[in-house]
Amino acid sequence: MAKSNKPIVWGLFAAGGTVTAFLTPALVLLTLLPVFGVMPELLAYDNLRAFAGHWMGKLVLFGILLLMMWHAAHRLRVTLHDFGVRADGAVAVAVYLAAAAGTLAAAYFLLRI
Amino acid sequence: MSANGKPYVREVSRYGWFLGNPRYRRYMAREVTCVFIGLHALILLVALKRLSEGREAWEAFLHNLTGPAGIVLQLVILAFAIYHSTSWFNVTPKAMPVQIGEQFLPGAVIIGAHYAAWLVATVAVLYLAGAF
Repeated sequence: MAKSNKPIVWGLFAAGGTVTAFLTPALVLLTLLPVFGVMPELLAYDNLRAFAGHWMGKLVLFGILLLMMWHAAHRLRVTLHDFGVRADGAVAVAVYLAAAAGTLAAAYFLLRI
Repeated sequence: MSANGKPYVREVSRYGWFLGNPRYRRYMAREVTCVFIGLHALILLVALKRLSEGREAWEAFLHNLTGPAGIVLQLVILAFAIYHSTSWFNVTPKAMPVQIGEQFLPGAVIIGAHYAAWLVATVAVLYLAGAF
């Protein structure tokens, strides 16, 4: 059987879709609540800095971001095909490179906190 | 192949094929959620960058996010994120059927369990973040 990277990509897509389904609405609400006069304590600079400064906080944030980005990248590849874009090879390189760059950037910013 | 050797080929638009059928439209709406999940990931990435740059950068970022453009953007993202969640949970009985003996657990039970866990996760995140 030919070697395939499909299980890895599919695994990241499925794990990311699940994590995103459970957490994304709550995460958007967190940054939307201040509009309604409710300021989540975590969003105060000192608190968020302390959270992201701890290795466990870094790990949680990195994991969520990694899964979100690889989920979106893989689904975007399929979606572009559905919209009639037939250059799948180029699309795959572009979306996965973007996800990889985003993952590295997340690690870089987290390590600077 | 028909008798005269010319098979019937139904015309299907390469770009607008999904528009005529509500089932296909729902499928495409589900797929398009990824654009907004990606956008939200990008916002979180910028948030980390601003947080790493110090107090002023972070507070300016939060100020922008709660301005008119930020509110509209986040409301649109929230709508698509909720559509992603519901469409994701609604296919869980197909994606991972649960078999007990000879029987399969009814789909409604699996979907219901996911919605309940979703509610718990949302309340937990907001509570742990000190929103209430």
